[in-house]
Amino acid sequence: MNNLRHLISPLDLSLKEIDKILSLAATIKENPKSYSKKCEGLKLATLFYEPSTRTRLSFETAMLNLGGSIIGFSDAANSSVSKGETVSDTMRIINCFADICAIRHNKEGAALVAASKATIPVINAGDGGHQHPTQTLTDLNTIRSLKGRLSGLKIGFCGDLKFGRTVHSLIHALVRYPDNEFVLISPDELRVPAYIRDDVLIHSGVKFTEVQRLEDSLSDLDILYMTRVQKERFFNEEEYIRLKDRYILDKEKMKLAGPEMLILHPLPRVNEIATEVDDDPRAVYFKQVEYGVYARMALILFLLGKEDTSC
Amino acid sequence: MLNVSGLKDGIVLDHIQAGMSTKIFNYLGLEKLDCQVAMIRNARSSKMGRKDIIKIEGGLDMVDLDVLGYLDHNITINIIKDEKIVEKRCLKLPKRLTNVLKCKNPRCITTDDKGLPHIFFLANEETQTYRCLYCEETASK
Repeated sequence: MNNLRHLISPLDLSLKEIDKILSLAATIKENPKSYSKKCEGLKLATLFYEPSTRTRLSFETAMLNLGGSIIGFSDAANSSVSKGETVSDTMRIINCFADICAIRHNKEGAALVAASKATIPVINAGDGGHQHPTQTLTDLNTIRSLKGRLSGLKIGFCGDLKFGRTVHSLIHALVRYPDNEFVLISPDELRVPAYIRDDVLIHSGVKFTEVQRLEDSLSDLDILYMTRVQKERFFNEEEYIRLKDRYILDKEKMKLAGPEMLILHPLPRVNEIATEVDDDPRAVYFKQVEYGVYARMALILFLLGKEDTSC
Repeated sequence: MLNVSGLKDGIVLDHIQAGMSTKIFNYLGLEKLDCQVAMIRNARSSKMGRKDIIKIEGGLDMVDLDVLGYLDHNITINIIKDEKIVEKRCLKLPKRLTNVLKCKNPRCITTDDKGLPHIFFLANEETQTYRCLYCEETASK
């Protein structure tokens, strides 16, 4: 394939390309039927070494909506990994079977390794606590669709900002738009890693603050991005138990937020958002899932070079 | 003044920070060379007060300049021919290091796939920060 493209980090896409993908996602949402045969005869391989519900099903739904087919595995135990096969070797095999591939792995950098051996487009569907660029496209699509813009926003990130790969990827993406401001709300142990604070936030000169109390920040946020403290990222269970319920967004706290503030969450949610908040019109985390399918449909078309072909 | 015999053809790594020559010797794998290698520690220096020096018999291909640049880019390399300095080279921070450092992040793919090269890239020249290409973990010297 000429001009082989992958999506490993949100930075692999220029702002113009992101805009193109999000515009295409909006068009697909308006008229999904006209895209239902775009990928006829093509196969998406979903290589999920780590459990996932939303992301894998979202990718599979996206490809099926485009008329394509799915192959893959949803658990490393059911693949040749259990026999000791490396990501590089698995990728060399998948090159022969599929036209595009989405990979999720618990180790950071796995998607980059896969891409280095790929002759088909590779999409990083999450690599450890590192990056999750298609969740970023989902988040950007949600914000752009519901707020009408991706700039001039005050965004609060709350919870596990250390291992929260969706947070890292979204910060990476949003610092590129003008006049955004960030409030990073986390316990000291779960602050954003140095490569985000130093190389992304400080380096870009964007305005940001790091705080520990959620209540103090709610009143002037445009977006509150809640995250789960991820048990699977801790080597020490005691540490997890100590930190897991640090932030719980409930109806009481929502009284402190503005009427236009949107609550996003990459899901799954555990305790960090009380179910009583779900009916609040500002809670858009289930709508996010739908925007995710359109974003992934648009991305698949973009990476396969089919975004401009007529319906 | 301690007298170390002159070098006819070879290289001299000069202006090594005092006390660092052993580390550089090890990183460069100089123990594997079968030519003459001299390590001088705490030599008097008008510029640095004290410095270390390493003299190696042979050509420039005996040392990995990227490794050296990473360890201390203030080191000067003097190339000696017929006992005379014919060239002085300054080092730069290398943009990329392959199999010089090991990623210590237990979540990095390099811990799973042992055959992968350990690659670090220069993330910030000002702070001389290197990060793992795969997981972006900061390198520790």
